[in-house]
Amino acid sequence: MVEMEKQVLTPVNENKSQKATNFKWRNIFRGDNRALWTILALIIILLADRMVSPTFFTVRMINGRLTGSLINTLDGAAPIILLSIGMTLVIATKGVDLSVGAVMAICAAVSAVLINRHEAGSDNILYYPGFVIAIAILVGALCGLWNGILVALFDIQPIIATLILMVAGRGIAQMITDGQSPTYTDETLAFMGQGTIFGMPFPVYVAIIALVVVYLLVRRTALGLLIESVGINAKASHYTGVNATVIKLFVYIISGICAAIAGLIVAGENTYADPHTAGMWSELDAIVAVVIGGTLLSGGRFSLVLSAMGALIIQSLRIGLYISDLHPNANLVVKAIVILLVLLLQSKEFKQAVGRLFKPVLKLRPVFK
Amino acid sequence: MKLVKFCLLLALMVTFVGAVNVKAQDGGEGLTIGFSQIGSESAWRTSFTDAVKAEAEARGINLLFSDAQQQQENQIAAMRAWIAQGDVDAIILAPVVESGWDDVLQEAQDAGIPVVIVDRNVDSDPSLYVTRVSSDFVHEGRLAAAWLVQATSGQCNIVELQGTVGSAAANDRMAGFNEVIALFPGMQIIASETGDFVRAQGKQVMESFLSSEDPANICAVWAHNDDMAIGAIEAIKEAGLVPGQDILVVSVDAIPDIFDSLDAGEANATVELSPFMGGPAFDAVVATLNGEELPKWIPVAGKLYTNRADYDADHQ
Repeated sequence: MVEMEKQVLTPVNENKSQKATNFKWRNIFRGDNRALWTILALIIILLADRMVSPTFFTVRMINGRLTGSLINTLDGAAPIILLSIGMTLVIATKGVDLSVGAVMAICAAVSAVLINRHEAGSDNILYYPGFVIAIAILVGALCGLWNGILVALFDIQPIIATLILMVAGRGIAQMITDGQSPTYTDETLAFMGQGTIFGMPFPVYVAIIALVVVYLLVRRTALGLLIESVGINAKASHYTGVNATVIKLFVYIISGICAAIAGLIVAGENTYADPHTAGMWSELDAIVAVVIGGTLLSGGRFSLVLSAMGALIIQSLRIGLYISDLHPNANLVVKAIVILLVLLLQSKEFKQAVGRLFKPVLKLRPVFK
Repeated sequence: MKLVKFCLLLALMVTFVGAVNVKAQDGGEGLTIGFSQIGSESAWRTSFTDAVKAEAEARGINLLFSDAQQQQENQIAAMRAWIAQGDVDAIILAPVVESGWDDVLQEAQDAGIPVVIVDRNVDSDPSLYVTRVSSDFVHEGRLAAAWLVQATSGQCNIVELQGTVGSAAANDRMAGFNEVIALFPGMQIIASETGDFVRAQGKQVMESFLSSEDPANICAVWAHNDDMAIGAIEAIKEAGLVPGQDILVVSVDAIPDIFDSLDAGEANATVELSPFMGGPAFDAVVATLNGEELPKWIPVAGKLYTNRADYDADHQ
């Protein structure tokens, strides 16, 4: 166990010290500095948004609520960030969770149906807002547990195992709401999506808190390391005594909980749970966010913060498309091209090729040495 | 001579068809009709199914209902079963996709079973089916625009929330709306984006419009469906404006939720997307069994409503 930690840790440390001591501009085209390129991509997209709409960075306070495109971006990115947190851990174990969108729909449906009973005058304590939120999150955790059992215990390939709930989940959500799309008026649940603290939308706080909590959980303990080791080589980590089954169950449960909270936020935004459309395609947003954040789909090293950056990139791109004069027909193509460019920015091979292309120029300019 | 022969033949055919099918009653009582429905993917679809079932019961029609669960194969299988058993007088088909219906429609025609298409279109040759009963999306767009023109005296900067890109509902509603506002130079669409017919996305897009445009410059939001309009209303409220007053809200569908907003003064008008296509479809079946010629498209036009009371009065 201890030996393995050393093995995994050593190269990382070397890399860090190298970066810190002899940083070279040239290395940008060679080395593996995902963080820099992800942040750069985000800045470029935000600046592009600013070019599209001069008021993009303008933030005004209206009725105690901050408004502006930048705030909209953060607010809209919150559910994607939440999903990407769980997705990062799952992908780090060489898995994938396709069911998060459907789990969002299930948990939104659960919360709406339960709170409707409270609003109808039921005195049952389980229908009080606090309990409704807790139950919805518990349901999310159970959905995650289900995925985890299929993947970890029955060894079903993650993409298929979670596809089951992805497909069935919307049906379950429809059964929960009886085919309807219930609305509610409860202020506590509405606060999940619409509330503000110091003018900042509540979902933004939720996303930040979730990020910090999960970060501390995996990085201040050996958990993160164990997750990575399971993703890199499940067999080897098994022989070193890592219980891959528990680790996998854990990451899918976290993913389910994150999806549940995202579902509560999306439902709260409109005080309405639509089993047909809630969280539709958001599993793809989350996966793209994780990939932009540099975590490999083949598992292993992961970064929660960079995945969150990835989510911000996706949302600022989406908001940019909303405010542009571009015809909606072009949205998907532009989105695809921009994401491709972001991924190319991060591709070591691509950068090396570009680096070779500019090599003669770099030689002439000592600044770059 | 040829003309006389042709006329004779035509007369013979008409008498023949009429003679065979004299059994059809005015409302279709006693008929057995197969209804292949797409599924139950939206609240509107469910109410459409319910409306058809209720209409059949009221008319004394024996309705064989088949839920295809979004699969064309299921629809074709159900139709083939009905054709093979020969116990249906007609088939009503709500197709899930446009293409791939030629064979089964031909089989139905060979078996002498008329097929009426409802809701979405098919790309088969119109001779293979009796008629198509569907909403007139263009009309809905025109009606919404006409209301807005009148409410604003033809002076209005509009933001548009489009439906799913490429869908017939989005394309045709947009075309109808634009057709009418083009007559008024003061009516302009200053921003337009797709909200995919989804409430959450309608809200997000409207938030973006309110941030990128000067909110005081936006006179109305035109949403291709009620869900997006309701999302937009939330966004307008969060931006500190009064929906229905500062920014007018007009949309299409007439789902139950929009009437809460209409009665609260937060939305202004909605055009009904009628789920009541059963009646015209059954009428078409009866007419064709009686040998009448029908146009190939029977549009079902919804009315525009500004409050719940009017709607309820029309749907008792």
